[in-house]
Amino acid sequence: MGNKQTIFTDEQLDAYQDCTFFTRKEILRLHGRYHELAPHLVPMDYTTEPDCKIPLALIVNMPELKENPFRNRIVESFSEDGMGNLSFNEFVDMFSVLSETAPRELKAIYAFKIYDFNVDNFLCKEDLEKTLNRLTKEELTPEEVDLVCEKTIEEADLDGDSKLSFADFENMITRAPDFLSTFHIRI
Amino acid sequence: MPRDSLIASDNDADITLEFEGGEEGGHKERRHREKRRDGSKDRRKRGNGRRRQGSRSVERENEEERVGEREKERKRRVKKDQEAKKRDKEEGDRAQTRSEKTAKAKKNIKNEKRRRSEKEGEAGERTEKGKKKVQSAKKEKSVNHGTKDKTHEEKKKKRKKVLETSSEQETSEEDSEDKEDSEDEEVKPESLSPEELEKLKEAVDDKKKLIQSLRGKPWPMKKKLVTLRESQEFLEKYEGALGKGKGRKLYAYKVMMMKKWMKFQRDFENFKTACIPWEMKIKEIESHFGSSVASYFIFLRWMYGINMILFGLTFGLVMVPEALMGRPYGSIPRKTVPRAEEASAMDFAVLWDFGGYAQYSVLFYGFYSNQRAIGWLKFRMPLSYFLVGVGTVAYSYMVVIRTMARNANESGVGDDNSFNFSWKMFTSWDYLIGNPETADNKFASITTSFKEAILEEQESRKDDNIHLTRFLRVLANFLVLCCLAGSGYLIYFVVRRSQKFALDGLENHTWWERNEVNMVMSLLGMFCPMLFDVISTLENYHPRVALQWQLGRIFALFLGNLYTFIIALMDEINVKRDEEKIVKFNITMWEASLYNGTVSENFTAPPITIHPADVPRGPCWETMVGQEFVRLIISDTMTTYITLLIGDFLRAVLVRFLNHCWCWDLEAGFPSYSEFDVSGNVLGLIFNQGMIWMGAFYAPCLPALNVLRLHVSMYLQCWAVMCCNVPQERVFKASGSNNFYMAMLLVILFLSTLPAIYTIVTIPPSFDCGPFSGKNRMFDVIQETLESDFPAWFSKVFSYASNPGLVLPFILLMVLAIYYLQSTSKSYKEANVELKKKLQMQNEENKKKNKKAAQKALMDLEEARKVALESAGHQRNNNASYQGQQAREMQPATRVPRTINHRSHGNPGYLPNFPLQNETMIRRAPSLQRH
Repeated sequence: MGNKQTIFTDEQLDAYQDCTFFTRKEILRLHGRYHELAPHLVPMDYTTEPDCKIPLALIVNMPELKENPFRNRIVESFSEDGMGNLSFNEFVDMFSVLSETAPRELKAIYAFKIYDFNVDNFLCKEDLEKTLNRLTKEELTPEEVDLVCEKTIEEADLDGDSKLSFADFENMITRAPDFLSTFHIRI
Repeated sequence: MPRDSLIASDNDADITLEFEGGEEGGHKERRHREKRRDGSKDRRKRGNGRRRQGSRSVERENEEERVGEREKERKRRVKKDQEAKKRDKEEGDRAQTRSEKTAKAKKNIKNEKRRRSEKEGEAGERTEKGKKKVQSAKKEKSVNHGTKDKTHEEKKKKRKKVLETSSEQETSEEDSEDKEDSEDEEVKPESLSPEELEKLKEAVDDKKKLIQSLRGKPWPMKKKLVTLRESQEFLEKYEGALGKGKGRKLYAYKVMMMKKWMKFQRDFENFKTACIPWEMKIKEIESHFGSSVASYFIFLRWMYGINMILFGLTFGLVMVPEALMGRPYGSIPRKTVPRAEEASAMDFAVLWDFGGYAQYSVLFYGFYSNQRAIGWLKFRMPLSYFLVGVGTVAYSYMVVIRTMARNANESGVGDDNSFNFSWKMFTSWDYLIGNPETADNKFASITTSFKEAILEEQESRKDDNIHLTRFLRVLANFLVLCCLAGSGYLIYFVVRRSQKFALDGLENHTWWERNEVNMVMSLLGMFCPMLFDVISTLENYHPRVALQWQLGRIFALFLGNLYTFIIALMDEINVKRDEEKIVKFNITMWEASLYNGTVSENFTAPPITIHPADVPRGPCWETMVGQEFVRLIISDTMTTYITLLIGDFLRAVLVRFLNHCWCWDLEAGFPSYSEFDVSGNVLGLIFNQGMIWMGAFYAPCLPALNVLRLHVSMYLQCWAVMCCNVPQERVFKASGSNNFYMAMLLVILFLSTLPAIYTIVTIPPSFDCGPFSGKNRMFDVIQETLESDFPAWFSKVFSYASNPGLVLPFILLMVLAIYYLQSTSKSYKEANVELKKKLQMQNEENKKKNKKAAQKALMDLEEARKVALESAGHQRNNNASYQGQQAREMQPATRVPRTINHRSHGNPGYLPNFPLQNETMIRRAPSLQRH
């Protein structure tokens, strides 16, 4: 394993390893990917913690995200400004949460953020409709969409406010058999 | 300088204690405030400049107070003061712990962070507010106390910094901070007590825990990094202060070792992940074909790992010792090719069949000699052989069961159907997909699954012709059973026939006749699944159910084939044993004659000059079994590869290149490209492994062969998948079936160890080959070892322990334990169901309640609206809507409903529960943040 890398100091790498689910090699690889996205923007030397951000348009073009119907939401919910500009820290954060080893609780929190299109801390019908339309490429009729959204809310809404709070969502998602296996991206 | 730094560190320790006390509830506060004052005297002596600075800052703060600026502004300036002071101080005392530069950098980050966090969501805002409150309160107090408390004030500043750290970490700490603040005044002299030490220790442990759990926190990375850095600094500073009393060295040592250990663990972890093979390959496949295809490769890799360990066991403990330390080739009859076979022993055809030199080598059971100890190491070969055989099986069981348990844990209790739509909505997209084609397929499959679910929801399953379906299903099952029986019979027939051929001598027969058994088995394994697939179209099942049926049938087929094969082998074993008896008799005759002959001819020559190759020998059924299994594996592997090449590669090539000159579209039409058959491949892998487990005892080379096979498979299949397969049309999710595969593996493991154990336990080993020759049963080796290698008392104890009087109660106890565990798990399950019911009930109730509340609110709103309309009817303008909303928000709380309004939910004019939404939102936001 390359000890000669000069992108990060050892302390930084250690810190990243403490804060993420990645190993040293993976972090370096992540930096490589990050750098690849915008070679003119991202420096190869991160020891001085430069402040640079990559816009959403570049990030969603990564092959890992390109086909994902929620790519914009993913990037937005991990970006600090909510507009989808990611610094390297946030970039690492994103893939850390989406990594295989991240715990279910953490993933659930961010999944909720991703599906919460209007950022009101609730999944209301509007959010569900958007989710569904992205999942099916808008091939369902409006009636069908309506029905599915209603059924979803009916199933998962525990407090009866006809929208899903995080508690509802968590309760539902922790029992989903496929959540862990599908809600991860390998990088 | 050293003195200064010493003092500083003292003070620091105090401050932490204080912070600690605050965190814990703060009743120790007063005592150490006292001590701090002692320390502060030192400081007062030390430098006026700094104090002046402090007072200046106080003045500035006073000004701020007077002006009463907005809180944000103020805070920022306070921050600046602190920084300035800090820097001053740093020059004085902190030279040794860290350089000024890093400190500054850290502060910058912190500032940045603060500014940023102001922009953050509500929860963040709250934290900020809390902090501000604390700070402003402190400021006021310090002003009141005047100059006498200036040093005190300075310290407080320092403490504040610590406080900020803590409040950044946990919003819930605010309360305790306030408490601490109120107790700020009184001071009593006392020294560091053990309890405080205890608390400090706790704080340190807390920090450590925080660092440990940091990666699981839903914070932005910057916050995590800052927290991490602060906690680490905290630890660095105060861990040393902990060991004041006795045990300091021990503590320091412990801390150091912990650090080393952590580092080692991390490096080891890095190393481990670097060692995982084929990661990138699988990742690539995953992104092209989704998780289900990748799950096959992950399974393959897992299998490879297990086989590596099995291989290591057999290779390291059986094959290598025998090859290095055992008697060399040609020394005794069992290690020599017999004279009759010598001519053809090196022929490729013979070697390919694992005859000739391959048969008389470490690869097979028969080669091993029954010497109790071999070589200068006195290696107990027979014992090792036996234990490795048992260990292989035991290890496999352990691994499979452990993996199953872990999988079950991970998948949770996802059996209930109560979240059908929600799960479809939120977990159906596979985030791994990175290939447009796969993505399109996935979109389509999701859409269909939704449509299916909707259909199922809308009409409760109208069966058009239930009799026809039933008839067809019965027919299909009948056909499948016929297939199974037929294939079973075919195999039995072929094996019997091959025995006849073997008796005649293999050389007289064609290649087909010699390899009939394996070829027939492989061909059946190849074509029967296709047949089943055709038959299953009769049944008209839901695809997922159909897949399960299909898997079950293939499983039954493979199992049936395997067991027929084994039964036939058993027959053969019996034949060989009869043969062996005759040979044994003949040998005694032969030896006698030989002996007599040599004695009579001349006296001087050594009595035994006969070459080991000429010695007649028994048939050695163990080697025969091993050979059969090895041949089976080889032919199976070959068939797999050839199918892969022809079925996938050739097909893809043809489709691609003939498409230009063909009458219909080959790519979209009939042959098209093949899909990767996950379930079939997994089943193949499982059965292959079953054969390994079965045969490994008689052919120690099997794990090695399997490792080789898996290794080649990995590359070949990876290549084939990427080059000639198309993504599946119905993309099945992998996770649900993961444990299904594991369960099958477990069943196979059990079923394949059964015959192996049966043969070991019931059939006496051959008299002239293998490590157990000369013994009555194979497991006698244990007894022999106990008697001769262990002290007498040990074997006595062992014999006591193994007598039925002890074993039976033990078994009974185990049965009882199992029963107990099972019943508890059952009761847990029941409780679970009960709870679920309760939850649902509550849910319904809540819904009702909320509906009522909503109605009530609605009525109020209506009323308010009416009132508003009446009062302001004439002066309607653009503001009306705003007012209306205001009224809506105000009314429910103040007004009492008087009239019943019949216009309820259906009103599209406005959202009936809009204010309610707002309220809940505010209430719930922190809970989200806290998680």
